[in-house]
Amino acid sequence: MGYALNFNLIWRHFDKLWGGLLLSLELAVISIAIGTVIGLALAVWYVSAGRVVRAIIAAYVEFIRNVPLILLVYLVFYGVPTVVDLAYSAPTSFVLTLSVYSGAYLVEVFRSGLEAVPRGQLDAGRAIGLTPWQRLVHVRLPTMLRITLPALSNTFISLFKDTSIASVISVPELTFGAQWINFNTFRIVEVYLVTTAMYLVTGYILLFGLRLVERRFRAAR
Amino acid sequence: MSDATNASPALLDVHDVSKAFGAVEVLRSVSLQVKRGEVVTVIGPSGSGKTTLLRCVNFLESYDSGSIRIDGKEVGYREAGTRRRRSERDLAAMRAETGMVFQSFNLFPHLTAAGNIMLGLTKVRGKSQTEARQIAEHWLGRVGLAHKADSLPAELSGGQQQRVGIARAVAMEPKILLLDEITSALDPELVGEVLAVVRSLAEDGMTMLMVTHEMAFARDASSRIVFMADGGVSAVGPPKEILAAETSNERLRTFLARFRASHF
Repeated sequence: MGYALNFNLIWRHFDKLWGGLLLSLELAVISIAIGTVIGLALAVWYVSAGRVVRAIIAAYVEFIRNVPLILLVYLVFYGVPTVVDLAYSAPTSFVLTLSVYSGAYLVEVFRSGLEAVPRGQLDAGRAIGLTPWQRLVHVRLPTMLRITLPALSNTFISLFKDTSIASVISVPELTFGAQWINFNTFRIVEVYLVTTAMYLVTGYILLFGLRLVERRFRAAR
Repeated sequence: MSDATNASPALLDVHDVSKAFGAVEVLRSVSLQVKRGEVVTVIGPSGSGKTTLLRCVNFLESYDSGSIRIDGKEVGYREAGTRRRRSERDLAAMRAETGMVFQSFNLFPHLTAAGNIMLGLTKVRGKSQTEARQIAEHWLGRVGLAHKADSLPAELSGGQQQRVGIARAVAMEPKILLLDEITSALDPELVGEVLAVVRSLAEDGMTMLMVTHEMAFARDASSRIVFMADGGVSAVGPPKEILAAETSNERLRTFLARFRASHF
């Protein structure tokens, strides 16, 4: 073995990784929050809308799902400002992109959940005289949430990992921090080992938290 | 078409109602009346339109022609003879006047037994939580489930769930209760407890329109029985008359004969 592991240089620059991780989480939380609002609103609209609206929402979902995220990131950061007179920072640009991207995936999660709510429950809501809005809030959404939580957790974790793409437009999140250390120390194995461990641990903690939420909801079934 | 000034004394007046799903006619000019305090049972072979008729009464299903009135008020459409649907808000208000109990219970799975009953009381009737809780507990007591107020539907047996379903419907003090094959999804040993609740409601004078396959119960509890076949009313009369083996109505005779063969 010609390569001896040496983590000293990694620890010296660990603030780049730690700060990067915090920024990754921040990007994920903001984007997922916006994406959830987009996804929920469009899913609710979709299930009660006519053909035209459905086609438009489906087109948005299909477009996002068939274009690599990295291309969307380039498009929004480099493409849009050259065409229209808009200026935004790289992190803002990425949050914008990931929000629209996660929205498309979450529409699908929420839509299938809404459609999986048994008809009988909606009939029961109608039979006691609930208005459409009351049926949505008090009958359909609670049941939908219970049905979609596992799929929702998976999507959230996946979106958290997607924040690593922000490194291509120099947003100093975790992967970017790893690249910086690599370029400056050439400890490629050590830095990516540590970074991998950091994604892994964070992912597990997120998953554990989400499973706790799921269990709470399942217990209340 | 009778107008509002010529209101019939019937609480529920179904007049000449027809409905088709595509090319299939599920209701063919059905007419029937239910007077206040009456228990009317609809029997008939499956596919004869019984459930569809019930679901038209609270407008869970629309109908193509005819009129359905409760207490003289047209149910789903703005006026008799037009097909202009009421607004969703109006429909909701109309539906609150009818209670419905379903074959598959259809309790809200995220709410407790009491919560299921309280939802309509608070959101539709505008009662306070405290008041709604009292009403829910009262009705849970009536159906023998006072001790299950805080249980979730998943923690209850089928018979218990259905009794909560009944309590949820009657707690709204509906003018008429619609019971759609409410014992069909139950294990045989659980049927009795549910029918006992229905019987006690009937004794209290609750107006009911029910679809059932429990012939013995229909015979004992009904004021009148309606026999439906192929989407139309084939016979109406007191239980003794309808369930008599020597009826001259051939379809009814066949139905009863098949029914006896499979149930006794």
